[in-house]
Amino acid sequence: MTAILAINALCLSFGGQRVLDDVSLSVQPGERLALLGHNGAGKSTLFKTVLGFLHPSSGTVAVAGHAPGSNPAREAVNYLPEVVSFQRNLSGREVLSYFSGLRGTPKAEVSDLLARVGLLDAADRAVGAYSKGMRQRLGLAQALIGAPRLLLLDEPTSGLDPVSRHEFYEVIADAAARGSAVLLSSHGLEEVQDKTDSIAILARGRLKAEGTLAELAQEAGLPTTIRISAKPGAADDLHGEFGGRRVNGCRLDLDCAQGAKVDLLARLGRHHDKLRDVEIAPPGLTDIYRHFSRMGPTEDQI
Amino acid sequence: MSTRIGTVFGQELRQARRNLWVILATAVLGLFALALALFGAGQGSGLKVDVLTLTAVSLATLSVYLIPLIALLMSYDSISGEVERGSLALTFATPVRRWEVFVGKLLAQTVAVCVAILIAFGTVGFLIGFLAEISRDGVLAWLRLMLSAGGLGAIFVGIGLMLSALTGRTARAAAAAVGVWLLLVVLYDVALLGAIMAAGEGIFATHVFPWLVIANPADAFRLYNLAMIDAAPVAGIDGLSQTLPFPPVAALAALGLWLVATIAIGSARTKRIVP
Repeated sequence: MTAILAINALCLSFGGQRVLDDVSLSVQPGERLALLGHNGAGKSTLFKTVLGFLHPSSGTVAVAGHAPGSNPAREAVNYLPEVVSFQRNLSGREVLSYFSGLRGTPKAEVSDLLARVGLLDAADRAVGAYSKGMRQRLGLAQALIGAPRLLLLDEPTSGLDPVSRHEFYEVIADAAARGSAVLLSSHGLEEVQDKTDSIAILARGRLKAEGTLAELAQEAGLPTTIRISAKPGAADDLHGEFGGRRVNGCRLDLDCAQGAKVDLLARLGRHHDKLRDVEIAPPGLTDIYRHFSRMGPTEDQI
Repeated sequence: MSTRIGTVFGQELRQARRNLWVILATAVLGLFALALALFGAGQGSGLKVDVLTLTAVSLATLSVYLIPLIALLMSYDSISGEVERGSLALTFATPVRRWEVFVGKLLAQTVAVCVAILIAFGTVGFLIGFLAEISRDGVLAWLRLMLSAGGLGAIFVGIGLMLSALTGRTARAAAAAVGVWLLLVVLYDVALLGAIMAAGEGIFATHVFPWLVIANPADAFRLYNLAMIDAAPVAGIDGLSQTLPFPPVAALAALGLWLVATIAIGSARTKRIVP
């Protein structure tokens, strides 16, 4: 078994409520897995279980082959929580030296890490004077101490501007290239598109889908929407011919499966005299994400 | 192990210094010691003991109130505050053992209290030595006071940290710290006095009462300091110091037991925190 993180049929309940339900996933060295889910989907709970703070009701978690929270597991894992809060009156360098000391890594690494996240100039200023982005980058530097085998990043880029976000993912890609397995959580697909190797979608504690973005899009099988603007007076004819949804007096939306798109367009072509414009809207990332996160257990049964 | 405790220790001590705890505690203790020294010097000529001994006695009585208060204020927030801010989750995610975090914090805050005591009482002690005649007994009483005050500080730092770990919330830890201070420092004495009044002379007064006194760290500290001074002018519960059924050093052993107990309970409780 080469997986650094192996989660198998993990269930966890809080006061009678299932927070995680039959979750299985694994992360290999060098792999970046994005865990997507709405607020309260169980992402942070999953992280806390991997860290050994919370204990599974059933199922197993193995970190580098060890029980979560055990000494070898804690040596393998580095963690960046959703809300980073360091002591405000310490400098960035002091914060990193502290965690470096707890991990028993050489202090010389600290300056290198500060440089990697672009904080070298602010290293000796108090953390209280840092901007949110700087605090988040300090948190990331903290998570990179000692070349971790598994990086757990809980919504690492929430609240960051697009530029910082981009730089953030570059540092994460660099860490993965050095062999770290990365598990990060996020709210949206757009954010992690092209930034991670695979994606897992968690909704109400259950794992709804796992795979690359292309696989997810295929599995979702969402229809492409063709938006037609009809010439004045022609909308009713088109609606009678093709069905679909009337948006207003001159517009019509048609849903069609991926494979039937060309046929439909050809049929539309025969009515070109009635058409003013045709717009093709393939399913977006948001649609794919919503498709999986909406798929509740009740809908599965119907 | 030692590097990790050392890392927690260094971080915590830096905090205590930056939060001005050490300076504040030093100033408060120093001012009170100076006031008592001046008061002692004023009446010293009428008594057969030197100013240093006299001040040591009154300072021991005052320290019972001040040092636990300072130690509790320094420590009650230390764990619960980090749980609330979320910074403890980061620490607990590293290979550091939970008990190492507890012990590292305890050591650092104890050192902070001890440094304050050493500077404040040390300075005032030297000042008395310059200005008045002192005896060998007086110097010993002063040294015993400083050492046992450090021990008292360590115990109440331990109690504060233990409460912090037990409650996990700063507001509750603060309430618990105030409650414990009132209970151990104020109410316990009142209850004991009431009990001895009610029971009168007998088995309770000779065999139970002294043990109840040293069961409380604050009383044990005061008893130790007063019992070691023959000429101490004492009253109330402290009158007991002349008729102890055990040597005064037993009070130190009681302090030691308290320290061990708070470390054991606090470390065990820290293990169960979900940050």
